[in-house]
Amino acid sequence: MNVTEPRDVLDELREDDPDALARLHGRLERAAARADLLDIGYRTLDTPVGSLLLAATPVGLLRVAYASEDHDAVLTALADKVSPKILRAPTRLDDVAREVDEYFAGTRTHFDLPLDLRLAEGFRREVIEHLREIGYGHRESYAAVAAAIGHPRAVRAVGSACARNPLPVVIPCHRVVRTDGSIGQYVGGVDAKQTLLTLEAA
Amino acid sequence: MQPFEDVVAEYGPMVLRVCRAVLGPVDADDAWSETFLSALRAYPDLDPTANVEAWLVTIAHRRAIDVGRKISRAPTPADRLPEERPQAGPPTADHPDLWAALRSLPDKQRKAIAYHHLAGLPYAEVAELLGNSPAAARRAAADGIKTLRQHYRKDTPS
Repeated sequence: MNVTEPRDVLDELREDDPDALARLHGRLERAAARADLLDIGYRTLDTPVGSLLLAATPVGLLRVAYASEDHDAVLTALADKVSPKILRAPTRLDDVAREVDEYFAGTRTHFDLPLDLRLAEGFRREVIEHLREIGYGHRESYAAVAAAIGHPRAVRAVGSACARNPLPVVIPCHRVVRTDGSIGQYVGGVDAKQTLLTLEAA
Repeated sequence: MQPFEDVVAEYGPMVLRVCRAVLGPVDADDAWSETFLSALRAYPDLDPTANVEAWLVTIAHRRAIDVGRKISRAPTPADRLPEERPQAGPPTADHPDLWAALRSLPDKQRKAIAYHHLAGLPYAEVAELLGNSPAAARRAAADGIKTLRQHYRKDTPS
């Protein structure tokens, strides 16, 4: 064994090349989308309420998740429920990221994005659809939402549907508050809810 | 099931090392891309207990053969699209003699080195890919490494 040789030929072959891998990843994203194999593309976005996971199918935006939901766990759940053909693919989320940025900058009061609502079915879907009609800066009580969708006694179920909103921020479950005026719970935490309500009140 | 992105993140570097050793740094890009595109297509049907590493190396092995065929059909490098070429060379681009040394090895020796020493497959699995016996695969890898150590950097002492 030649101990004066600093690196063996195998070490040379085992060298990593992060630049090449980044370039190849981009190429894979494009090729997968072209071949209709990219069932879910995702990216993260830094916002005043922390890092948000944004995930989209070819239909539209599928999921927005707070860091507190654990992005890895959310992606694994999407792999099980929708498809494991998932890649980090920022370009698919370009429009979403721009609109969310504008929303947090206070220059956007309405999201104009194709949505994929397949994660909310039945009663939850009814609640989600109604939430889309609550305008920027407005608030509605859980009881009012329950009444509006024709299930006035399902106040608790409305709360649960809001908590399981697959598209927080974009579908404004943060605009649903308690009847006594206190802001109530939120999937991203009470602080995040307060931040969004304060932003919209400005 | 894990998102496919996890597979790319975990095994992408290994597959690139294997493709580079088998095909050289330029054509490795095509083989890597074809490997992961094929793997993405087949991923939902992958047996959850499957050895992902061996599965990917098997795909890479087939794709490397395909890419190799394409290269031998193309009369000149100019036939290949400029955008398909790497924008920057690999770190080992400083040592073109390494790729030359690998290229000069017999096919089975080069692949035995890649699949065993770079991908970590046991010789029994290497032999399945190469169509020989585990003993022959082991010998091919050992002979290949010996040749590389003899010739590579012979005239570039550090």
